Amino acid sequence: MLDDFFIRALIAGIGVAIVTGPLGCFVIWRRLSYFGDTLSHSALLGVTLAYSMEFNIAFSVFIISSLIALTLIQLQKRTNLPGDALLGLLAHSSLAVGLVVIGFLSFIRFDIMGLLFGDILAVTVDDLLIIWIGGALILLILKLIWKPLFASTVNYELAEAEGLNPDRAKAIFTILMAAIIAISIKMVGLLLITGMLIIPAAMARNISSSPQKMVMYSIVGGLLSVILGLFSSLEFNTASGPSIIAASLFLFILSLLNIKQSIKLKN
Amino acid sequence: MSSNQNILVKLNEAGFSLNNKWLVKGVSLQVEKGKIVTLIGPNGSGKSTTAKIALGIYKKIDGSVEKYTNKVGYVPQKISIDWTLPLRVNDFMILTESLNKETIDEALSLTGVIHLKDKNLGDLSGGEFQRVLLARAISKKPELLVLDEPVQGVDFTGEIALYELIKKISDELNCGILLISHDLHTVMSATDHVVCLNGHVCCSGSPMDVAKNNEYKALFGEQASQILSRYEHRHDHIHTSEGEIKKN
Repeated sequence: MLDDFFIRALIAGIGVAIVTGPLGCFVIWRRLSYFGDTLSHSALLGVTLAYSMEFNIAFSVFIISSLIALTLIQLQKRTNLPGDALLGLLAHSSLAVGLVVIGFLSFIRFDIMGLLFGDILAVTVDDLLIIWIGGALILLILKLIWKPLFASTVNYELAEAEGLNPDRAKAIFTILMAAIIAISIKMVGLLLITGMLIIPAAMARNISSSPQKMVMYSIVGGLLSVILGLFSSLEFNTASGPSIIAASLFLFILSLLNIKQSIKLKN
Repeated sequence: MSSNQNILVKLNEAGFSLNNKWLVKGVSLQVEKGKIVTLIGPNGSGKSTTAKIALGIYKKIDGSVEKYTNKVGYVPQKISIDWTLPLRVNDFMILTESLNKETIDEALSLTGVIHLKDKNLGDLSGGEFQRVLLARAISKKPELLVLDEPVQGVDFTGEIALYELIKKISDELNCGILLISHDLHTVMSATDHVVCLNGHVCCSGSPMDVAKNNEYKALFGEQASQILSRYEHRHDHIHTSEGEIKKN
């Protein structure tokens, strides 16, 4: 029943979910959902550049997303525009430039739907290596910067005063965001990556009482979403990205029921 | 006077401006091991700003800061914890440094909030949260403690107990304390050095010296001056009902 490509997709999805779990928690805690969107929109530009220069997609997306993130930090320092306006500016302009570049590349066959919404058929053994090695690196670095990053998420001044260097942790985290988008783009597609980051973490928030638990539940939620999503994608012949995200939404709704029950118990 | 080795942090003519407005300017002070330095001054006089300069939170400053320790405990004046974070008191205690259970329990017991250990931070009252903040700052046994209005919102008896605790910590850990407080009564008996701020250092010295200072009187009024000197007196003698002065 399980075709080869399906096992590859499953392994890839599991790898992605383990990494998006903890990163997604920080995205929620630090209110970075729209920042994630901006990076993933800019990923289209990275993909088109990869195609036109016959470059590795994940690497090219990583470079472009990192550049966009650094540009954002510079713009925040140099202009008086609010953060959300700058994010919108970068998100839509990089998406537009990416689409314009696609127009110029008419000689290349593009699977634009696969790009936007993920394509499990497209996952190769090379992609698996990128996801698992890249993912392990991301988790390792996140573990190293966990303390300063988490402390500054709770309170920046406490972290700074007690010598944890929160600015460096924030900069590194920004690069990690670009990296996770780069490695998960083939699985989930660039329009839905932020969903993969946010929805399992949001589900976890509903049912957890400590940060460690939230990270654990977020990973478990992501894994279940990937497994459920991919099986239904195979069953109903739907794109992999939307199927995974829909599955995570389903889990999120279940977590809401849990809250209602616990409120009833309290009363 | 103490030798240079005892200095934990030293501000030399330090100042900080935001949007072309000086929040505080020309502040020189130093905190030494085992000493309590208290910053007083009206609202907006730059007390918190001075603390943040000393802590290195503000980096683009005028003048200079010399910091000789990395073991710092900080109780900020304002702190808001986001509800998006599921954070219990216990998680908060190990925010900037990993501590073992005994150390955490000891600190929470000292400030009287051990029973709140597993509670969510968002569910604490203002006074309870303040006690947790203080417990967190002292639990890591810092060399330098910076306390910005550490007992705000704490009930009256608790306030006295916490100030006694702060004094005790300063003696036991031999740590230097930079304290900001509005409450002249409670603080002054324990303070070694007072710096009176009003955008700049308006006067400084021992509580007694500051109480006599005319600028201080102009800023706080005659009554505050009496409070300060009364506490200074309490150290060495008492006034009997017959008007006699008796040595302690």
